[in-house]
Amino acid sequence: MKSVADPAGTRKQRWEREVVEPALGKSPERKGPFTTISGRLIERLYTADDLEGLDDTNHPGEFPYVRGIHPTGYRGKLWTMRQFAGFGTPEETNQRYQELIAAGGTGLSVAFDLPTLMGRDPDHELCLGEVGKCGVSIMSLADMERLFDGISLADITTSMTINSPAPMIFAMYLVVAEQQGADWRTISGTIQNDILKEFIAQKEYIFPPRPSMRLITDIFAFCAKEVPRWNTISVSGYHIREAGSTALQELAFTLRDGLEYVQYGVDAGLDVDDFVPRMSFFFNSHSDFFEEIAKYRAARKLWAEAMKNRFGARNPRSWALRFHTQTAGVSLTAQQPYNNVVRTALQALAAVLGGTNSLHTNSLDEALALPTKETATIALRTQQIIAHESGVTNVVDPLGGSYFIEKLTQDMIDGTLKYWETIDGMGGMVAAIERGYPQQELAEASYQFQQAVERKEKIVVGVNDFIQADEKPIEILYIDDTASGVQLKRLAELKQARDNGRVRRSLAALQEVARGRGNTMVPLLECVRAYATVGEMCDALREVWGEYEEVPVI
Amino acid sequence: MSQKIRVVIAKPGLDGHDRGAKVIARALRDAGMEVIYTGLRQTPEMIVSAALQEDADVIGLSILSGAHMHICPRIMELLKAKGLDDVQVVIGGIIPDVDLPKLNGMGIHGIFLPGTPMQHIVDYIAANARARV
Repeated sequence: MKSVADPAGTRKQRWEREVVEPALGKSPERKGPFTTISGRLIERLYTADDLEGLDDTNHPGEFPYVRGIHPTGYRGKLWTMRQFAGFGTPEETNQRYQELIAAGGTGLSVAFDLPTLMGRDPDHELCLGEVGKCGVSIMSLADMERLFDGISLADITTSMTINSPAPMIFAMYLVVAEQQGADWRTISGTIQNDILKEFIAQKEYIFPPRPSMRLITDIFAFCAKEVPRWNTISVSGYHIREAGSTALQELAFTLRDGLEYVQYGVDAGLDVDDFVPRMSFFFNSHSDFFEEIAKYRAARKLWAEAMKNRFGARNPRSWALRFHTQTAGVSLTAQQPYNNVVRTALQALAAVLGGTNSLHTNSLDEALALPTKETATIALRTQQIIAHESGVTNVVDPLGGSYFIEKLTQDMIDGTLKYWETIDGMGGMVAAIERGYPQQELAEASYQFQQAVERKEKIVVGVNDFIQADEKPIEILYIDDTASGVQLKRLAELKQARDNGRVRRSLAALQEVARGRGNTMVPLLECVRAYATVGEMCDALREVWGEYEEVPVI
Repeated sequence: MSQKIRVVIAKPGLDGHDRGAKVIARALRDAGMEVIYTGLRQTPEMIVSAALQEDADVIGLSILSGAHMHICPRIMELLKAKGLDDVQVVIGGIIPDVDLPKLNGMGIHGIFLPGTPMQHIVDYIAANARARV
């Protein structure tokens, strides 16, 4: 390509003058601007000129992994089809997992309810109407035993979307594994454990940023020794995007969050190559097809270079960015919900063409409720059709070398480095969050997008155009309050049945370690074994560290 | 002095998904209303007391977690007890169809489901906010 490049761009200029202009005279283009969903201006045509200076000599499996981390792509192993699920009581969710496994799902992914995510027991006043609604309610080890009843933790990998109370829930998982006779040294799975994106986007935080960061580095250190195959963090852009960021902001903030975790780990005395190989990432796949693919390719290169050059990592597994993807919930519409199957299929295809390592596809009823069994199955089938029928898995990085994709990838890299410079200038991501910088960027981008939809500059089919007046409602999963009653009763029974002296002692020991410098995972495991609740463990730490309150940015 | 409509935008419950609440807050402000955003994790008591303190004409609730059938009746009850029954309550979020008549029955008529244009919400509030004296 380089040998035929035309740095001055004279060939393209000639084409515009001699071919495009006369054509436009006869039939003009549609009304612009031609932009991505993130507002990025796209040119009419990309050529070899756009690749000038780009290095295309690296292949898949080679640093900096722009074309993928595995030399054989999906010819070796397909991505993990991991469908996020959870609602009601642990027994109800266990039933859904058994169905997903029977349908060919290859990994579990636990959705917890809001009380669990916020470290509150169901009897707290803020839990009114929330128990078991958005996910499964887990109060203590007893619930975790029910959740994985009949599921062998030695044979399956489990991803758990839990952040502030991640250490407590992870400790419960470890104790259940131990009860089943599974070896901590060989079990695998992921905890999301990414608090920075909570402060930026999803707002499920409990403690202030700095003690929150300590809980995370404690997990890095604990797992490096005790649970070496566990993915200790899933640094997430998904929620940043859902909260309204652009594709570039998702990429830049997520990777910068990743750098912050690495820095804190190093500052805590860990060796980069001891914990970075177990860090993973989680991105959104939104509707703008090529921009998403470029985002994933850029992510791999940015991370590899940062690990090698900024942190001096020597282990190639520290350089290789592994990521999960979820299709964009926010892009799905309550109107004409069957259209969402098509949106999700395109988004899933973008994730696969970008080389995702695991994938969740949303169900068509996402904008209305949690999925029914039928809609969850269609979502999984969507992935199976891409994997087994479309043929895209036969070749590694099929879009590599496309003038457009390569240029867009480079633009994503350049834009990210610019954001990193700004955040570094503020003293890092924790400092940037404390002054509201990423929050402000998101508030602005989401308002801009909403206005573009209002003005019909961006079309959302079925919402601001192609509207159908006579829509029939579809059947949705309605979650009643049964789970709340069951869990409240269980909570009262648990507090009667367990050794409350042991609970008190274990919580006091946790507080002592929290005040000092020891690893909090050690006393947490004892709290869990004593059947202390998530609320009790979090309250013990609230007493020591206080709670975070944000200054809202509109 | 113009009589600006005063709106309290609130996020009740544990949910932190505040994109919608913030976008609407900004749209109402741009439409010339006085907007007070409570921030996250508000109990019904906190919301009603904010409405009282701020002399609100409208309370806008954003609920996506499915807790609306617990939160809304409590708020309506508290408003009545404080003599604020002329404050217009509107709600946006994910609300199953079967709950719509129940919410109407409590006196909540402005219910904005996913995909509602911002302008529609602005117009509804402008037309239905209690009259300022």
